Amino acid sequence: MEMKKPIIKSIPYEEFKDNETLEALIKELNKERTNVVVGALDDLINWGRSNSLWSLTFATSCCGIEFMSVGAARYDFARFGFEVTRNSPRQADLIMVAGTITHKMAPVLKRLYDQMAEPKYVVAVGGCAISGGPFKGSYHVVNGVDKILPVDVYIPGCPPRPEAIMYGMMQLQRKVKIEKFFGDKNRHQNPREVRREPIIVTNAPVEGCEKTDK
Amino acid sequence: MELIFIEKEEARKVLRTHRDSGMDFLRDLIGMDWGDEGLGVIYILENSTTHATMHLAVRTTDRNKPAIYTVCDMWSIAELYEREVYDFYGIRFIGHPDMRRLFLRNDWEGYPLRKDYDASEAINPIRLTNEPPEDVQRSYEIEEDKEFAAIAKRENFMHVDEYVINIGPQHPATHGVLRFRLALAGEEIRKIDIHCGYIHRGIEKLCESKTYPQLLAFTDRLDYLSAHQNRHALCMCIENALGLEIAPRVQYIRTIMDELQRIDSHLLMLSCAAMDLGALTAFIYGFRDREKVLDIFEEVTGGRLIQNYNIIGGVQADITTGWEAKVKDYCTYQLHKIKEFEDLFVNSIITKNRMKGVGVLTREEAISYGATGCTGRAAGWACDVRKRHPYALYGQVDFKEVLYTNGDSYDRVLMRLDEIKQSVHIIRQLIDNIPAGDFKQKTKPIIKLPEGRFSAAVEGSRGEFGVFIESHGDKSPYRVKFRPMGLPLVACMHKILKGCKIADLITIGATLDYVIPDIDR
Repeated sequence: MEMKKPIIKSIPYEEFKDNETLEALIKELNKERTNVVVGALDDLINWGRSNSLWSLTFATSCCGIEFMSVGAARYDFARFGFEVTRNSPRQADLIMVAGTITHKMAPVLKRLYDQMAEPKYVVAVGGCAISGGPFKGSYHVVNGVDKILPVDVYIPGCPPRPEAIMYGMMQLQRKVKIEKFFGDKNRHQNPREVRREPIIVTNAPVEGCEKTDK
Repeated sequence: MELIFIEKEEARKVLRTHRDSGMDFLRDLIGMDWGDEGLGVIYILENSTTHATMHLAVRTTDRNKPAIYTVCDMWSIAELYEREVYDFYGIRFIGHPDMRRLFLRNDWEGYPLRKDYDASEAINPIRLTNEPPEDVQRSYEIEEDKEFAAIAKRENFMHVDEYVINIGPQHPATHGVLRFRLALAGEEIRKIDIHCGYIHRGIEKLCESKTYPQLLAFTDRLDYLSAHQNRHALCMCIENALGLEIAPRVQYIRTIMDELQRIDSHLLMLSCAAMDLGALTAFIYGFRDREKVLDIFEEVTGGRLIQNYNIIGGVQADITTGWEAKVKDYCTYQLHKIKEFEDLFVNSIITKNRMKGVGVLTREEAISYGATGCTGRAAGWACDVRKRHPYALYGQVDFKEVLYTNGDSYDRVLMRLDEIKQSVHIIRQLIDNIPAGDFKQKTKPIIKLPEGRFSAAVEGSRGEFGVFIESHGDKSPYRVKFRPMGLPLVACMHKILKGCKIADLITIGATLDYVIPDIDR
């Protein structure tokens, strides 16, 4: 069985501008063929996952207000299944980094990302999250969130229009659709992520046998 | 602007005399690095009844251990302003009860706004470790025999037996990335510790390396819900310094845009306050109306949230044909829809129970904290810059400065609705009479401000927004300071929240309506 083109209902496949990237990815995934049963299950699960992307809102500045606009009546991203925003990282599929990330915020962002359950995605919204934007060169601004997290989708703009945010989210939907969920993505550990060294407890005090070592 | 230098030993006495003679509003406190002439502080004072202003400065030549006497017992807002100056310049304020950094991490090396600051990555790398909590308040006092050799005194901020909870920085109801640490007794708030700086982008330092036209882009991103007004203030400051005469057409367009921006911001405030109370429907209604304002902006400026519209000497683009009609239609529409807000949200029994008598700020406290805008006016302080120091066309149009007296959360919400009505009233007077003419005038390709200090202030959506520029005649400023609208609002939470229930923190925060990127700059 082969992986299929990621087709989503909202926009026809040909109208996306960067199909080559995804096609290259599909080719790579198809090298080792997929098991029919697992592949069919993958399709089913990815269909569900891509249509219910829950985001952790991480709005630090202007882009956050545009994100609120997308949630409101005119743009209404509930049409695509993005409407559930979570304030707890444990319940979120993706983190929307909307706004400038400063030195003081960086450890907080990193910790929130670490707390999210796999599979997880990062969307960098706006110039500041992508590269530092107009504040590049400041002493307190992280020049791009990709310095600390692996980013899946970049949405440029200052701030991006609501249409751009929705387009970016649809790109993420397509990315989710071509993943192998079983055996891969659901137990995936990103190589760029720094793994914490396990804590090895030595010299634990044992009751009743203090000072046994001379 | 005339600056009077006072001796640092005399400073407290002089400032106290001024305060007692009616200068009860500390508009701004600006840290300065004058190079060889030392470090110092500029105080901008204002009389809250006569609106006379005064600029005083204190400086110290000691760069290693600079110390100046505190004024936070005279003006409550000085407590946070002085912490900001300590953070940026390392000036210690003697007698200040809590001399911690305000914006940067505790373990930050150096003082970034000093001219000799080394910004290399090696000294302050991106630290991914959590910030060590600093629970110790430091204050400085004078030793008896040694002059200005301040000794440090330490005191625990939170005690061991206190029940401390943390709210933020990533919390949906703090309206941005503000962090509170609260000490509770049951549900009652005993102590509040505010942590800012999670979105501190160092805009003021960046400004010092940019040319004047480049500065304009930063102001839109300070308080993005007052983008027009912020930029208006900076343009006005630069234009005044250059002596540019602004065409009437530009003044009309700027005034109309400022008022539209105010409506936009107040609608967002109302919808978010409703959402914080759990009324999601009102949020949808507010955003429905707000989109209409954004459409009007977009047609002329090309931007929705951030418009980049004002430029030095005019505006970026002329208004389009038929735009006036759209604005007029919108005004009629909005007045009609305010009724909906009143019926569904403001007059609702739940809103009244949650907001009436909650979060009271008196007039005197509002002045002492410098809490301008709707917060000050809800407490009965006539602090509208449009009336106090009229700019653009505000001296010529007829509008009422709405005042309430209770100073509680409910009055702050009512203020917003009334201000929307007043803004519509102002727009209606202007929209039919926009004179013909140029929408911008030619300026020199390289703009150099004459040597001196300049300031300007506008009424932003949530208070007075001020700009201060010190120029040494170069093409970039020597020092730029923006007076944040939100910092006084956050500062007065100290006063408001004491003894309140924890659940009221959310409604009080929503009605104060601060925008964090404006506080942190």
